[in-house]
Amino acid sequence: MIKVSAKTKRYLVPIISVIAGFLIGAIIMLIWSYNPITAYSSMFASALGNMNGLGETIREATPLIFTAVGFAIASKAGFFNIGLPGQAQAGWLTSVWIVLANPTLPKYILLPLAILAGALAGAIVAGIAGFLRAYFGTNEVITTIMLNYIVLYLCQYLMQQVMPESLRNGADTTKDIPANGSLHLDWLSHLFGDSRINAGIFLGIGAILIYWFLMKKTTVGFEIKAVGLNPFASRYAGISAKKNIILSMLLSGGFAGIGGVVQGLGTYQNYFTQTSSINIGWDGLSVALLGNSTAIGILIASLLFSILKIGGLGMQTVAGVPYEIVSIVIAAIIFFIAIKYVFELLFAVNKTASYKHPLKKGTEIGPNNGVDGPNIKLQKEGPVL
Amino acid sequence: MENKNTVIEMKHIVKDFNGFKANNDINLKLHKGEILALLGENGAGKSTLMSILSGLLEPTSGEIFVNGEKTNIASPTAAKKLGIGMVHQHFMLANSFTVLENIILGHETTKGPVLDIKKAKEKVLALSERYHLAIDPDKKVADITVAQQQRVEILKILYRGANILIFDEPTAVLTPQEIKEFMNILKGLAHEGKSIILITHKLEEIKAVADEVTIIRTGQDVGTYQVKDISNKRMAELMVGHAVEMKLTKRAENFGQNILEVKDLQVKENRGNLAIKGLSLSLRAGEILGIAGIDGNGQDELVEAITGLRHVDQGSVIINGQDMTNKPTRKITEQGVASIPADRQKYGLILQMSVADNLILQSYYQQPFSHHGIINFDAIKKHAKAAVKKFDIRTASSDLPTGELSGGNQQKVIIARELERGSDLIIAFQPTRGLDVGAIEYIHKQLLKERDRGKAILLVSYELNEIMQLSDRILVLHDGQKSGVVKPDQTNETELGLLMTGIQKEGQDLDQSFS
Repeated sequence: MIKVSAKTKRYLVPIISVIAGFLIGAIIMLIWSYNPITAYSSMFASALGNMNGLGETIREATPLIFTAVGFAIASKAGFFNIGLPGQAQAGWLTSVWIVLANPTLPKYILLPLAILAGALAGAIVAGIAGFLRAYFGTNEVITTIMLNYIVLYLCQYLMQQVMPESLRNGADTTKDIPANGSLHLDWLSHLFGDSRINAGIFLGIGAILIYWFLMKKTTVGFEIKAVGLNPFASRYAGISAKKNIILSMLLSGGFAGIGGVVQGLGTYQNYFTQTSSINIGWDGLSVALLGNSTAIGILIASLLFSILKIGGLGMQTVAGVPYEIVSIVIAAIIFFIAIKYVFELLFAVNKTASYKHPLKKGTEIGPNNGVDGPNIKLQKEGPVL
Repeated sequence: MENKNTVIEMKHIVKDFNGFKANNDINLKLHKGEILALLGENGAGKSTLMSILSGLLEPTSGEIFVNGEKTNIASPTAAKKLGIGMVHQHFMLANSFTVLENIILGHETTKGPVLDIKKAKEKVLALSERYHLAIDPDKKVADITVAQQQRVEILKILYRGANILIFDEPTAVLTPQEIKEFMNILKGLAHEGKSIILITHKLEEIKAVADEVTIIRTGQDVGTYQVKDISNKRMAELMVGHAVEMKLTKRAENFGQNILEVKDLQVKENRGNLAIKGLSLSLRAGEILGIAGIDGNGQDELVEAITGLRHVDQGSVIINGQDMTNKPTRKITEQGVASIPADRQKYGLILQMSVADNLILQSYYQQPFSHHGIINFDAIKKHAKAAVKKFDIRTASSDLPTGELSGGNQQKVIIARELERGSDLIIAFQPTRGLDVGAIEYIHKQLLKERDRGKAILLVSYELNEIMQLSDRILVLHDGQKSGVVKPDQTNETELGLLMTGIQKEGQDLDQSFS
């Protein structure tokens, strides 16, 4: 086996996974007699080769940054938040509704109000799971999945039954939001070939910076990391696990909520009925995994995902390769990233099973021991004291 | 010694883990019917050597002879076939099965497709009688004592036909009386022709039963000695590699006011049963109160109740005159309580975090380590540098993850963190567990130094030696209650052993006379 330092490995695994993902895509194209070189070059050309494509790529990346940051914060606290779609959707509908209901408010009040309301909506949804975990020991994987469905159908009900008809175009789409509640910037859009790129990207970069600062420089981040790495030692040191679980979930949901806000006030300028949990949630999870939950990693991974998604459209029209290939490449990348976790989990388990450990008292595999990513193992559940 | 009497000979054993030599040219010879002690500090390579012998690891080089024949022990099954059996420190028994079922598990005697329990029972009882291993075959393992469980483990390997028995720190979980009995069992086994390797770091036990002792230090063979020809002090020196003080010097008593008062404490364990049943104790400044007792008699619950990690159902905990019953851990810490937890890797440290971060695990939110929630890394680094130097923590850098340090150095990180805060009450729960002689000596000296500085120390330990050496007063805990309070110079291991099993002593209770 090739020996590399842990630090190099952190970079190497995602890079190899991405290359392997592209290779798998190429092999499949070859099997169905498409030319992978033409396909990939048209993919990159359409995603990055012109200003409009570049703008759309950045636009596509924006919400992913938020959902990925959301996922990363929770995972640092040892929490596997797969409720990102629901949290983002709650943020999306809330922000659009706020804007539509208050069209006359000045922009400098309305826009921040709508963004904060969206963040709050996401935070509340995630906070429910955090609260249940902290006080009743409920497994967050289950509660967040269930909350996705609750939010999905609650949003449908709210829009079709509760939202005043004056704010809607029929049953399934809201009216477009007025300019003073929009993230759209004319100059930015023009600069990028009239694409849908919007001010959300500036918020996204801000989110990345806040995430980095929070985790690296503040006592709040220190506590979240401590609880995530070893909840027992944290409790012993007087760090409240309850508080930090709930706090990290509120932050996680808040960021995911703004991801939804960016979709509503930036990309689509409205809200329309969703038939399934929204993609930016799931993609955000993948982006965070690929970016190893680091600030810079999330930025790069979200751009890569957007290149695949936006470029994939180009690949289909220019090279005639079906868009589904893109899904295969993405799935393969995630698959290879996941293999890393499986290997490390197996490796950690093997170590404990060996002869050495019965001797070495007190060596337990704690949450995230030997795994520098989210703790996918289902821990023994119990209320956190 | 003639060759035919040698049952095991390991020659020039080397085990190389990617350049790290866990075993470097070790020689070991076990004679039939004899007890060989294997002595060495933690990490000296004892376990690696025994893993090689029991087929779990393959040596990088070296030869193994079993009964004079060169053998390659490729797997645990191969070891079993050669008659090598091991009793692990942590028993591997199924709690809900009976003693008999545990013993025959995997080696059932059958009559056609049906279990022949009767025949198995006869065989087990015969073994039990022959080796003086009294057991009740029909009791469930969950209902018998630890000492009895150990006997079941021994019977299990005898039942499988083992002639060479390896014991891994077998007395760690036993009371003094049980240890005595166990020593007799060992002698009996050897007398019946079994050959025994005893892994231990307790010198008295070696003196009591072993014929020869092989000492290893940092993977190297320091030599094999006839036990009757070597002193305890010499063994300790050979094991550690430098002269050691066997006796601690303790300054005269100079007690101050009560720092900790526990009154009629009642605490439940996880399943909801009372674990501490109305315990009262008091601890003064400048005093070390030792809590003796067998593991599982309420020690964990007592410490957790005092440190705010467990809910107090009744009674009170008063620290420095303030009622701290059921207060959050952080408030209790701020009230002047330091705590060295029993399980350093689970409770004491965050292994993935750096040494520097672990050193501020309770004080990161205070000046100078942070200001308005923003962490000051320079202050943390400076603090770490000073602590590493003061407490002689051996690490290449304070930025290294704590998990990369040795056990002794990990414990030093905790000691440094807990003692540096200047707390009035220091709770030390198994502070030297799993540490080598040098580290134990260091930690004992630190605790005595704190005592002499007027700190109150609550020492909870399962090691009677430690309790006897350090304490000013010993409270024996049995079944969540105080079964006696004694002074170390007015008691002995026998009396403490009796108290630990709940047999109360006649006469005055020292704790009452103090309060």
